[in-house]
Amino acid sequence: MHELSIAMSIVEMAEEEAAGRNAQITAVHLKLGALSGVVKEALFSCYELACEGTVLKGSRLVVEEVPVVIFCATCQGERSLGSMQLFCCPKCGAPASQITQGKELEVVALEIQECVPNPV
Amino acid sequence: MRPEPRLIEVRKNVLKQNDVVARELRNRFRAAGVFVVSLVSSPGSGKTAFLEKTLTLLGRNYRVAALVGDLATENDAARLARSEAPVKQITTGTLCHLEAAMVQSALEGWNLQELDFLFVENVGNLVCPSSYDLGEDLRLILISVTEGEDKPLKYPTIFHSADVAIVTKVDLAAAVEFDWQAAYNNIQAVRPGMIVLQVSSKSGAGMEEYLGFLVAHLARLRQTAAV
Repeated sequence: MHELSIAMSIVEMAEEEAAGRNAQITAVHLKLGALSGVVKEALFSCYELACEGTVLKGSRLVVEEVPVVIFCATCQGERSLGSMQLFCCPKCGAPASQITQGKELEVVALEIQECVPNPV
Repeated sequence: MRPEPRLIEVRKNVLKQNDVVARELRNRFRAAGVFVVSLVSSPGSGKTAFLEKTLTLLGRNYRVAALVGDLATENDAARLARSEAPVKQITTGTLCHLEAAMVQSALEGWNLQELDFLFVENVGNLVCPSSYDLGEDLRLILISVTEGEDKPLKYPTIFHSADVAIVTKVDLAAAVEFDWQAAYNNIQAVRPGMIVLQVSSKSGAGMEEYLGFLVAHLARLRQTAAV
């Protein structure tokens, strides 16, 4: 269970990005690869916990799951893997050695709500 | 009226901090000419016995040392100290994996130039260590014959973070009816082309081939450095 430390890193990164902006972060967009070693469900509950007591409290975590994509040297093309239990080209069956996608663990964007001063 | 929420692009790797430290470590290892091997496996697969045997045998001709991660005890370091190699325990507390910064601080005060091989034993866990680069040259994943042949299918991610698979406790293979071919096929299914070695830390079977493999890696590293 290393999702809590991952969640805390995400919150920390978002806090750094938010610093200096007069804005509230309403959501964090994350790319999560199937080979990242991070479990989405566990990350969601840890994220909520990690946001407690920070400026991100109440914000959402939006996860874009990235499947494993390989480049097949045999039939020369990028293919999405159908199964994590079989790293073979789904088209020609050749063993897959070059992974081009699926290891992502990346904060891609923040959704922010600009704060407007109250009218006097 | 509140303005519409706005999307700002960030694009930052969450584990950047770990990766930066891992890169620093790798550069340091390269400069010192030490070959660094890490070990990952589930608890009880025989990492410590395997490492003890490795340090004892390799220590006859090479300068070896080890860092061992453990949740709570210092038992592993005490066991490994029998090999007479320098050993330091990294007690992780509740943390289920090693991170590059822990390796970095454990190495404080060590002169890496006095070493040929440094081993880093991760906490017994087949999930979490896969996300963290420790700056090692080679990551070994150990699976014991008593764990069953389908471990690779259950934990494909960790097999992808490792370079070589070591099947341990092969002296028990017959007793537990271990199906070597099935295990080998499963490893190849999740990680095509992965080198798989078989060892018994108890009988010493397969140790020679494995140690020869490490020594060849060290020679290649030194050769590249000399060019």
